[in-house]
Amino acid sequence: MALLHIAEPGQSSAPHQHKLAAGIDLGTTNSLVATVRSGQVETLPDEADRHLLPSVVYYGKTAVLVGNPALEYSLTDPHNTVVSVKRMMGRGLADMQNNQQFHSYRFAQNDSAVPRIITQAGEVSAIEVSAQILATLKQRAVATLGGELDGVVITVPAYFDDAQRQATKDAAKLAGLNVLRLLNEPTAAAVAYGLDAGNDGVIAVYDLGGGTFDISILRLNKGVFEVLATGGDSALGGDDFDQAIGNWILAEAGLDKLATHAANPVLIRSVLQHARRAKESLAQQPQTDINIEIEGLHWQGCLTRERMQALILPLVKNTLLACRRVMRDAKITNDDINEVIMVGGSTRTLLVREKVGEFFACEPLTSIDPDRVVATGAALQADVLVGNKPDDSLLLLDVIPLSLGIETMGGLAEKIIHRNTVIPVAKAQDFTTYKDGQTAMAIHVVQGERELVDDCRSLARFELRGIPPQVAGAARIRVTFQVDADGLLIVSAKERNSGVEASVDVKPSYGLTDNEIETMLKASMDYARDDMLQRSLREQQVDARRTLEALDAALAKDGDELLSAAEKDSIMQARQYLLDNIDNNDAESIKAAIKQLESDCEAYVARRMNSNIRHVMQGHSINEYSENKE
Amino acid sequence: MAITMTQAAADRVNTFLAHRGAGIGLRLGVKTTGCSGMSYVLEFVDEINADDEVFENHGIKVIVDKKSLVYIDGTELDFAKEGLNEGFKFNNPNEKDQCGCGESFTV
Repeated sequence: MALLHIAEPGQSSAPHQHKLAAGIDLGTTNSLVATVRSGQVETLPDEADRHLLPSVVYYGKTAVLVGNPALEYSLTDPHNTVVSVKRMMGRGLADMQNNQQFHSYRFAQNDSAVPRIITQAGEVSAIEVSAQILATLKQRAVATLGGELDGVVITVPAYFDDAQRQATKDAAKLAGLNVLRLLNEPTAAAVAYGLDAGNDGVIAVYDLGGGTFDISILRLNKGVFEVLATGGDSALGGDDFDQAIGNWILAEAGLDKLATHAANPVLIRSVLQHARRAKESLAQQPQTDINIEIEGLHWQGCLTRERMQALILPLVKNTLLACRRVMRDAKITNDDINEVIMVGGSTRTLLVREKVGEFFACEPLTSIDPDRVVATGAALQADVLVGNKPDDSLLLLDVIPLSLGIETMGGLAEKIIHRNTVIPVAKAQDFTTYKDGQTAMAIHVVQGERELVDDCRSLARFELRGIPPQVAGAARIRVTFQVDADGLLIVSAKERNSGVEASVDVKPSYGLTDNEIETMLKASMDYARDDMLQRSLREQQVDARRTLEALDAALAKDGDELLSAAEKDSIMQARQYLLDNIDNNDAESIKAAIKQLESDCEAYVARRMNSNIRHVMQGHSINEYSENKE
Repeated sequence: MAITMTQAAADRVNTFLAHRGAGIGLRLGVKTTGCSGMSYVLEFVDEINADDEVFENHGIKVIVDKKSLVYIDGTELDFAKEGLNEGFKFNNPNEKDQCGCGESFTV
């Protein structure tokens, strides 16, 4: 018979309606699956009682291997073994080719926006590799729970942008999983520690994984989590510790740095593996022996904890800088923080715990295995979302990491949803047409903090067609941005007079460079003044072109009729002056030229007005107007 | 009339109750739903109702409502492991037939 589990009072489900749910931590180095059974959350081990599944996939001639069996091939057959695939999610080809950590792969040269790695089993994308990992975890969960999963919660770094989140969802779909929602890793960690049941306060989550560093500031208010701010570095983690140690090993052995051995992936991986082992044993012991015996490198030596700490100190300091920035973002100080949660295997490194404790001036929470804490929180959340705990309203609020907006005339980015807005959210803004008789509008969705579209990340483009021809500025086009709980965006545009509409599910362009959000934010600060000047220049240029267009239309219609030759000459001179100034990059001079042209046109504008009124009233008697008035 | 449980089941229930941090004991019962007539109920108990019978087993209170007791009298609750899967099992002498999946039964 089926094996049963204890339910909460009154929550026993009817047979065949057991809702099976799981939380998945899809990590850079390791992945995990966890579930809630009989009120207790646990990570699920495989047949060999291993909880962590190495996020490694080996593409063999006849079979695809995932996890530990694949790990063995990462040394002997690096071309066909994909590691740290999470770092490739949502990235473009150029991005990967310029990055040293992807050097052991061969990429297919094609026009596709999604880069494909060449393996002996064919070409694979990062999404397909992730799907293999997810499918393996799914299998494990199904075998353990004795039934198909109704839904899963998958965690992603708070820093993942839309492209990376969408890629994660696509991978889950490919693995045949129903994603209840994507959950930010730090938020999951706070749930795992049960802080939702604790006192209100501010919580910092310091998550140093294999490949990413996230620092998040959460506020707990009456049992509800709100993410005040997130920050970090999407390319800093335990792997970098390994790199630093690996470079030291090579230097001691009289060889050049790791980066120079791109042609010898076996050497790189072997050195890194020894570095990782040394790092892990130094969490327990004051020193450790290293012994490398491979072709081209025979070395043995001893690494002390002090030496290792000196090697990784600059990296740890980098994480603390990010902590300081995010606290500034959240407008809080050390004193406001009640708890610090340590997440990610790299927080086992003693130096990290020590420095983080010093920085936040409080003892970090480390009682839950830092490798499992995120999956634990995800499982708890999945249990709620799938409907096993209907009374429990654990509502998690996340924020948008970068502002979302659209391009307006002059290449300016108009922000519609601002950074750090709590999601889910929907916001609308009205726009109008620029030219007389304009019947279509191109909508370009961008993400970023900068003022010019060129400096932001392009997410999608679509067109709203069928706008009834009207004079410029008469159409009312409402653009609505909707971000769901997973941080995915739907943009729609509707012309309100005619009701025509168009929309786009932001199908993020994978091919775009993954500009680090940190860099983008920093740039928006560094270039704040430039951006402001650029914005006012572009605005003046748009204004000038609109003025010229209106003037030319008027002159063509009745210029000769209403103006003397001298008057027309003076207007044409002012017009030329504006035209000459429009491209010189000075907002003030353009503004002055527009003003000059407007003042030269004053008499003309007044005459046009009179002539228009005369024209309209011709053939009507005064009485008609007074009657109408009544 | 009695309901019993194995040591393995008792140990598990103890762990779960301790982890939950609240609850008097464990409720066993039946519901008249399911593809084959009845299905088992296994829940934590926060309060005992007037028509409940209470059995004590390995220091754990097993609570059964009188109506359910008719169907599960003599049952021994066990905790079993089948491959990766593990969970509680009702060894019910009244059970005549099960549906294919074993989630419901008839008496």
